Amino acid sequence: MSIEQVDRLVDVAALERLRQSIIEKRNPFQLRLRICNGTGCLASGADEVTAAFEAELTRRGLSAEINLVKSGCHGFCEKGPLVVVEPQETFYQRVKPEHVPAIVAATLDGKIVEELLYVDPATGERILHEQEVPFYRGQTRLVFGSNGTIDPTQIEDYIAIGGYSALAKALTQMSTAEIIDEVKRSGLRGRGGGGFPTGVKWESCRRADGDIKYVVCNADEGDPGAYMDRSLLEGTPHAVLEGMIIGAHAIGAHEGYIYVRNEYPLAVSNARRAIEQAMAYGLLGKDILGSGFDFKVSINRGGGAFVCGESSALMASLEGQVGEPRAKYVHTVEKGLWDRPTCLNNVETWANVPLIINRGADWYNQIGTEKSKGTKIFSLVGKVNNTGLVEVPMGIPLRDIIFDIGGGILDGKKFKAVQTGGPSGGFIPESLLHLPVDFDRLTEAGSMMGSGAMIVMDEGTCMVNMAKFFIDFLEEESCGKCVPCREGIDRMGEVLERITTGKGRMEDLELLEALADTLRLGSLCALGSTAANPVLTSLRYFRDEYIAHVVDKKCPAGECQALIQYSIISEKCTGCMVCVRECPSHAVTGKRREPAVIDLAVCSKCGVCYDVCRFDAVKRA
Amino acid sequence: MKSVTVWVDGNTSVEVIEPKDSRAVHLTVDGKLIRTTPGKSLLEAVWNRPGIGNIPALCYHPIVQSYGACRLCTVEVEEQGRTRFVASCLYPAKEGLVVRTDTDRVRQLRKGVLELLLARCPEVKVIQDLAIEYGIEKPRFALGVQDCILCGLCVRTCRENIGRSAISLVNRGIFREVAAPFYAYELGDGCVGCGDCVYVCPTGALKLGPDGKPVLPKVHIPRPAAEGLLR
Repeated sequence: MSIEQVDRLVDVAALERLRQSIIEKRNPFQLRLRICNGTGCLASGADEVTAAFEAELTRRGLSAEINLVKSGCHGFCEKGPLVVVEPQETFYQRVKPEHVPAIVAATLDGKIVEELLYVDPATGERILHEQEVPFYRGQTRLVFGSNGTIDPTQIEDYIAIGGYSALAKALTQMSTAEIIDEVKRSGLRGRGGGGFPTGVKWESCRRADGDIKYVVCNADEGDPGAYMDRSLLEGTPHAVLEGMIIGAHAIGAHEGYIYVRNEYPLAVSNARRAIEQAMAYGLLGKDILGSGFDFKVSINRGGGAFVCGESSALMASLEGQVGEPRAKYVHTVEKGLWDRPTCLNNVETWANVPLIINRGADWYNQIGTEKSKGTKIFSLVGKVNNTGLVEVPMGIPLRDIIFDIGGGILDGKKFKAVQTGGPSGGFIPESLLHLPVDFDRLTEAGSMMGSGAMIVMDEGTCMVNMAKFFIDFLEEESCGKCVPCREGIDRMGEVLERITTGKGRMEDLELLEALADTLRLGSLCALGSTAANPVLTSLRYFRDEYIAHVVDKKCPAGECQALIQYSIISEKCTGCMVCVRECPSHAVTGKRREPAVIDLAVCSKCGVCYDVCRFDAVKRA
Repeated sequence: MKSVTVWVDGNTSVEVIEPKDSRAVHLTVDGKLIRTTPGKSLLEAVWNRPGIGNIPALCYHPIVQSYGACRLCTVEVEEQGRTRFVASCLYPAKEGLVVRTDTDRVRQLRKGVLELLLARCPEVKVIQDLAIEYGIEKPRFALGVQDCILCGLCVRTCRENIGRSAISLVNRGIFREVAAPFYAYELGDGCVGCGDCVYVCPTGALKLGPDGKPVLPKVHIPRPAAEGLLR
């Protein structure tokens, strides 16, 4: 159905009639192939797989009988491209274009392509259905659930699964005060990192003086390793929109903005399409569903500065100014965008709203812990077996996420730390893996919930080097406005550089802590005030590694190049010459069947010789 | 006339008599009762008041809007039992606020900021003097060679008072610097040569050139390791 042809929905009854007609037209027993077209799967070739399916169906003349759904991200990005066959729910992973004819043939015959099924590494058994895969089994998918089942470019798909019914309810059965009260009672807290109670924010914005108010969706996700907001906006843009419309209605705003990174082209285009479709149906625009409420949403593409995820910098950027934060002694709910009351929430926060309105605060606040309600989507990345997006109820222990859902550490190595909350979060050691994911408990441990990045590190990770990585990231991303952040992060980098190159002194550890204090208390915005968390937590939980670097001039994990040396163990070397050939600096020399020699003056310490040696004859120390 | 109760440090309160239509706000700064007009910042409210410690500030100037970049004017405020550090040039004076401008923690914080500034600009007199006042002998970092602390006063006065925006702050982080449009260091027709920027510069980084226009300080990247990150 093209956008131009649809009739505006004049009231709630019209929406329900539309929903019924969409559902009636659909045959629940029809074969559907759900192909993940999320960014993760696209990167591993989902577009070629999709094209192969289209060609195969056309070739067999089955385009009308088998429904091809290009869905949003399913979450299990590690095993992509993913394909699910409905109604049987057969789950195929790592599908390549050459597998496509076999899948179509097997599906038509009611058979299964065995070799594409997921194998449970624990039992060695092949698993048939998505829900039985351990990665999915441990999750509670409330917000992310429809991401992999509907086509994000079709509003009808969203309406068919009950989409916009929360909006209908909010507009016709609830007063604005009741909506705010429901959100307050639900206990929903901001998913962007701050964890501020959403309902309280809405209420402050509603009470703020001013006839023009704005709502803003923060989709400027910039944490390394985090991509849940991206996937949500790509896969279920209408849930985000629906949340924004409800929020705008409750607050009294008639204009909204989605501030999304330009590096997220699919999110931009899917959100734009969603807005167009919602406009066509009258779910956005004038007199929404005949309620008299007007609301429009525009998309603003960000230039990719990390600091623009900070609310005041984001608003400056939206106004067309340089994206720099300002002091928020007067809150943005009172003076935000163009100095008007502005309610800014994260993508995931907005997407939670329809759920709360539909199923009620009393249902929602049963999920989670005392002070952190609902579910949270994490992007589980790093040295973990099952990379992907994970939605779990608040309060679940970190260990369950990393080991049960994440399938443990890559290559059977030992767990060392997990970093939650992006570059401003901290490292959590193994001794604290029992910690529940909960805003306050993670903060107590020196880390934070943040937007939900979860980077797992194994025994081969040097924590000093890792802290330096994040400090370097923040140094590049600091806007440079205030002294503590601009100079302090730079100097932290200087001290860490000293330590990782073997020139550190014991006083440097105190200096790092002093710098951290200046940053925490003196910075203008949260980028600076939380920047020291990786350093502080690594000092707190992995101090012995710092001491090893400073006192013994050794990097226990073998990552800091200046502190390691490669040498050949003559007794083990067979003289196969592989390292001699592979060394890019020509530092390894030798003759066939004679032990090779590394010239340390030439060696660039890249580690290629160590990696290519099949006889463990290269020593790294 | 009306009577206003003002709390001075937690348990003690005083009654203040005010005209009926008074909008004045009362706050306690370093144990002294201050009466000021609403809308003023804390720094403005205590500016030149006898008996209150001198609050250092390098990016503040009364002729432009406050910016909050140098953080030296940070003070401790107590509001509804909660203590926190705020930049006094931006924090609005509010009724009943308890402000401390010279506590150990405040001095410690300023010392930390000054050490960073001194490391960046070791030759700047005003920073050297403040560093001595706050007990810094030598920064524990590699010394830079700059005069500009990026307070933005020159840029702000050019925009707010002269209406020209002949210069602005470009780039970010440690690569930030003052430049003319299109990243030029020579000022073109945008500059009217008023010299206001030179006048407000707290460190003397901006000087008037022979053509009557300011000579912009070029930022040198502090560490070799940082080269190649940007640009």
